[in-house]
Amino acid sequence: MKKVFERPKSLTEVPFSYCPGCHHGIAHRLIAEVIDEFDLREKTIGVCPVGCSVFAYLFFDLDMVCAAHGRAPAVATGIKRAKPDSIVFTYQGDGDLAAIGTAEIVHAANRGENITVIFINNAIYGMTGGQMAPTTLIGQVTQTSPYGRNEQTMGYPIKMAEMLSTLKKATYIARVSLHKTANIIKAKKAIKKAFQVQIEKKGFSLVEILSTCPTNWGLSPVEASKWLEKNMIPYYPLGEFRVPEEVK
Amino acid sequence: MAEKLLMKGNEAIGEAAIRAGCRFYFGYPITPQSELTAYMAKKLLRMEDAAFIQAESEVAAINMVYGAGATGVRVMTSSSSPGISLKQEGLSYLSLAEIPCVVVNMQRGGPGLGSIQPAQGDYFQATKGGGHGDYHLIVLAPSSVQELVNLTMDAFNLADQYRNPAMILGDGLLGQMMEAVEFKEPPKVALPDKNEWAITGCKGRKPRHIVPFDLDPLVLESWNKKMGEKYTLLKQKEVRYELLNTEEAELIIVAYGTVARIIKTAIKNAKNEGIKIGLIRPITLFPFPEKVIAEAAERVKKFLVVEMSLGQMIEDVKLAVNGKAEVKFYGRSGGVVPTPIEILEEVKKI
Amino acid sequence: MLEEIIIAGFGGQGIMLIGRLIAYAGMLEGKKVAWMPSYGPEMRGGTANCTVIVSSEEIASPVVPNPHSLIVMNKPSLDKFEHMVKKDGLIILNDSLINQAVKRDDVTVIKVPANEIADQLGNSKIANMVMLGVYIKKTEIVNMETIYKALEKGLSSHNRDLLTLNLQALEKGAEIVK
Repeated sequence: MKKVFERPKSLTEVPFSYCPGCHHGIAHRLIAEVIDEFDLREKTIGVCPVGCSVFAYLFFDLDMVCAAHGRAPAVATGIKRAKPDSIVFTYQGDGDLAAIGTAEIVHAANRGENITVIFINNAIYGMTGGQMAPTTLIGQVTQTSPYGRNEQTMGYPIKMAEMLSTLKKATYIARVSLHKTANIIKAKKAIKKAFQVQIEKKGFSLVEILSTCPTNWGLSPVEASKWLEKNMIPYYPLGEFRVPEEVK
Repeated sequence: MAEKLLMKGNEAIGEAAIRAGCRFYFGYPITPQSELTAYMAKKLLRMEDAAFIQAESEVAAINMVYGAGATGVRVMTSSSSPGISLKQEGLSYLSLAEIPCVVVNMQRGGPGLGSIQPAQGDYFQATKGGGHGDYHLIVLAPSSVQELVNLTMDAFNLADQYRNPAMILGDGLLGQMMEAVEFKEPPKVALPDKNEWAITGCKGRKPRHIVPFDLDPLVLESWNKKMGEKYTLLKQKEVRYELLNTEEAELIIVAYGTVARIIKTAIKNAKNEGIKIGLIRPITLFPFPEKVIAEAAERVKKFLVVEMSLGQMIEDVKLAVNGKAEVKFYGRSGGVVPTPIEILEEVKKI
Repeated sequence: MLEEIIIAGFGGQGIMLIGRLIAYAGMLEGKKVAWMPSYGPEMRGGTANCTVIVSSEEIASPVVPNPHSLIVMNKPSLDKFEHMVKKDGLIILNDSLINQAVKRDDVTVIKVPANEIADQLGNSKIANMVMLGVYIKKTEIVNMETIYKALEKGLSSHNRDLLTLNLQALEKGAEIVK
């Protein structure tokens, strides 16, 4: 019998340890499928962050390096400059990329480092137990915004995709979501374009993925997907912000 | 014999690194070491299979070192005291990940923004780990421009041999001064094969990971112990020092780097006045030459430690002397360099 | 043989350059040399000074509290360094810019109208070379020919056309010492 659904080669057999309904697993799978489809498994080096996906190295069947919190773009820069023919991606959460590692992501993008960044935005700090992220929405309750995020003292949620799109050397920037099947298909297309940009040595590419954190949001997986659609998408519009001519 | 060149210390380090096969440099300008960053830019930006990046911060620079080093290439960064503080997080990661690299610290006065004049206030930071966790860097302390060259070349070999970050601990004066230097062929030593661990893409082999953490304390402890064994080996095999007049000395001065040179003039002047002083100059600060100091303390009962700090290396000297002799201290700090005259006056007080 | 010299003046007077030339020439003659600049904010427009050591033996302390020789190109530098010069030492001062007598009577003093001589040669920038000419002729720390060689090697390409002028300035300086 022909197998129609199987584990991508770029994933290990280790079962994901993420919470039920968490989108990390889907994001991992999409990346692995893209790497397989481009036949890049043997030349890809992944950089995992600090956060829930610190364990990503267990799930990707690839050469992987764990970076310090926020430093993945700098680590990826070092790897790519030393091995320009390899394919290098970082996988970062919102605390990692939009708070502690803001300088590293901005400057990697500004230099036009030929790397791909997968940015998981779930509007909360997952691994440390549900504290406010730079992308936490106004009014959203977390451990460190117990009365809801208040823009007076906490500022507004940062729109990283838009911000990075102002940089001339940010070649491909898109925001996608994983809350519905149709969106997952679009997300994969965006990830594929991002890797395509890197393969063609066209420079920096980033895909911001809106995803759920049912555990720390205090919602069921189904409710979480609805919450994402209702609250996050209006603030974080989906779409492509920067696209190079040739891959449009 | 190789041609002699008149070179600034900072530039000589750069040239030595390139001759030692370093093609990757990531750094951030800071006085008094900026000439090194500029030298690497000038050379590496015109070389094939090389990279120079003026990073957005010292934090980013050390993490670029981490990335490049993980692929097995020879890589370097440099800074001066405040910038080295920023690199500590990265150095801690590099140490547990066992990624070889060379880090140069041309020290200046501190703490805080401090001054830009030469100092030795980063001894504790350099030799006791510096960042969080249980680790050591290999620390080499040159005292001339020629030694900056030689020790930079050695630092790359030691880093590769022990899979450990190595630090050149100089100061602003060494970085800024010019002396005649010769560039000999870098010493050839048998080095472990980096292909056994480097992250290069998993072509033809199983995927590899560089993971500087483990949530199982027993696993992490086993890694710590492995690192500890490495430090023990360093202490057995790699200790370096220079001795001057220690045989006939009535008093032994222990000093490293720039200060040790100033001591040499003081010793000469003292000799003319009939005072017999010896010098022990640690060249490796980690591993520290504790044995030779302990042996000297069996014969000589007076020690003086001189540093451009309020007293840091003296703690290691006291541990080595282990109560067998009296250990006094003289130091200047904040960027003040002691003169041979004031050191000799200090000696006369003892 | 051990010569320790401090050279001081305004930034832009070519203080560092003549220091480097002495060090470079010393190296060419097989001697041990060290050159040390003052560094920091003062090198950007304020006073500049460097220390040069030329020795037949390995140089120990690069820090020189009491130099044998002092070349001063401006008044603040004379005020700062005069008292440091060794007894029986040498002070060469730029008479064009320093209208002040040396207070010490235990050192040799040579006054040089360096800027006037440089202007006569057609370029005020080479006053430093006049001073260097005086110093080399007086102390013979290195041969004047070696300084010429050092100058040829040491001048950056865009200053090449100044070579002849520099040599003339060195000679004019040397003529003062007779």
